[in-house]
Amino acid sequence: MIQPLLSAQSLSRSYGNQLAVNNVSFEVHKGEVLGLLGPNGAGKSTTMKMLSGNLAPNEGEITINGYDLIENPKQAKAHIGYLPEQPPLYKELSVGEFLNFCARINQIPRAKINSAVDMAIQQCGLSNVTKRLIGHLSKGYQQRVGIAQAIIHTPAVIILDEPTSGLDPIQIIEIRQLIRDIATEHSVILSTHILPEVQTLCDRVQIINQGQLLFNDTIDNLSQQMQTFSLLVDLTSPPPPEQLKQLDGVLSVETINNTQFRLHYHPDNNPTENLLNQAVSQHWQLQQLTPEQHSLEDVFMKIIKNEQPSNERAA
Amino acid sequence: MFTLARCEFYRLFLSPLAWIILALSQLILAYLFLTHIDYFVQIQPKISAIPGAPGVTELVAIPLLNNAATVLLLITPLVTMRLIAEERRNESLSLLISAPLSVNQIVLGKYLGTFSFFVILLLLIMLMPLSLLTGSAVDLYQLAAGFLGLLLLLASFTAIGLFLSSLTKQPTIAAVSTFTTLFLLWILDWAGTSEVGEQTSLFAWLSLLRHFEPMLQGEVHSSDISYYLILICTFILLTIRRLDSERIN
Repeated sequence: MIQPLLSAQSLSRSYGNQLAVNNVSFEVHKGEVLGLLGPNGAGKSTTMKMLSGNLAPNEGEITINGYDLIENPKQAKAHIGYLPEQPPLYKELSVGEFLNFCARINQIPRAKINSAVDMAIQQCGLSNVTKRLIGHLSKGYQQRVGIAQAIIHTPAVIILDEPTSGLDPIQIIEIRQLIRDIATEHSVILSTHILPEVQTLCDRVQIINQGQLLFNDTIDNLSQQMQTFSLLVDLTSPPPPEQLKQLDGVLSVETINNTQFRLHYHPDNNPTENLLNQAVSQHWQLQQLTPEQHSLEDVFMKIIKNEQPSNERAA
Repeated sequence: MFTLARCEFYRLFLSPLAWIILALSQLILAYLFLTHIDYFVQIQPKISAIPGAPGVTELVAIPLLNNAATVLLLITPLVTMRLIAEERRNESLSLLISAPLSVNQIVLGKYLGTFSFFVILLLLIMLMPLSLLTGSAVDLYQLAAGFLGLLLLLASFTAIGLFLSSLTKQPTIAAVSTFTTLFLLWILDWAGTSEVGEQTSLFAWLSLLRHFEPMLQGEVHSSDISYYLILICTFILLTIRRLDSERIN
């Protein structure tokens, strides 16, 4: 079995009496994009701060590329790039100067500094603004500088804490594209509370709520959870709902209004074809037939809600 | 560590603060320097007849260094306040912490960067007494002792400022508390001197001023030097501890 690039074992962290992260374990393999998903205050940022060495966990251990973050912090930190929620920038420096400084503190050999800085500038699309002061750049560009800072030493794992928060829609698309480009060469862990972002960017999703890991699976399996087994039909001259219910395969009928119905069915027995035939032969005048899909939001809410009652019982 | 020191030094000069501090402290001290010279010129005919009378070093250079110490006491908090407090407020501290640097390197880098700024300030100040060389003989040894004293004093100011800056998120709070601490350490020996006799009390021993004055007189005691070195090391270690514990708590 291949050794994971980053592994976190039963991490716990509390602030005073408040437990922020409770027994969270996961692994990131090479070339993987892991999405940490959760509502605000779920413990995402705390987890990421622990992974980047900004916060020591109360319990548990973190290994990065074989180095223990607590025992060998220097070697371990050399393999991570971290972008906190608020990009850590020196606003009085120009983009070029700042990245040069970042290259130096990340112990890139002197001879390679210039090429590393050029690489990062190119990759993050900063070539037009190299000479400008960071403080004068827009939020989107500052975010890019933050990402450039995180990838400058080509770390194995890049940790991005809500990389698209506070950006306008165009900037969000650009940053997502950038993250996708980065993910071809590095493993990425990103946190977000925006669900479609996870869908478009990540290979694997972890849903975290109230400091606990609720879901840890591939994006495909998450999509499978999103499948529901219902059809939305719109008939201009519908039969009585009882008649729809008698169709082969239909389990129940939900009347939405005079013409719209939702038909639930068993996954092994899809009534679509049956329904079509009936609609044509009996002149129900079919206007719309849509297989319904749960949105990621629904799944997310379902996962979070399912967990809460059991938590309360446990407490 | 030196990268960090260099960056800190460079960033200081990007802000107008450093330039203004350099310019204004020169202005004040140059004015004081001139008044000292003026006074010296006035009394020179009267004292030249007395054998062993104080010369230009005692009457101009040393008072100037003494004044410089007071001015620097006021200036240091303004420079050191932003060291860690501002990084914390801009949330840029995590840049350094997640880089492969130890906390010792971060703290020492910041300390050295700021201290080198003060060395420049000090060298500029020293140009004034040295300019007396063009017209008169100056006791260079006494001047060197005074310079060493001022250097150590500044190094201690910086260490104290660095520590107090690491305690807070607000640069202003750091500045005020640094100023208070420095001032308190400065005037502590007022309480100390009220003690009877030659016996040095604890307060007098703690006073920054008490260890600085002998050096101005040209007496370099190893006990004074060690006092400053202990003070510097203590506050640097406290800063390291403070940043370390922040990760844990």
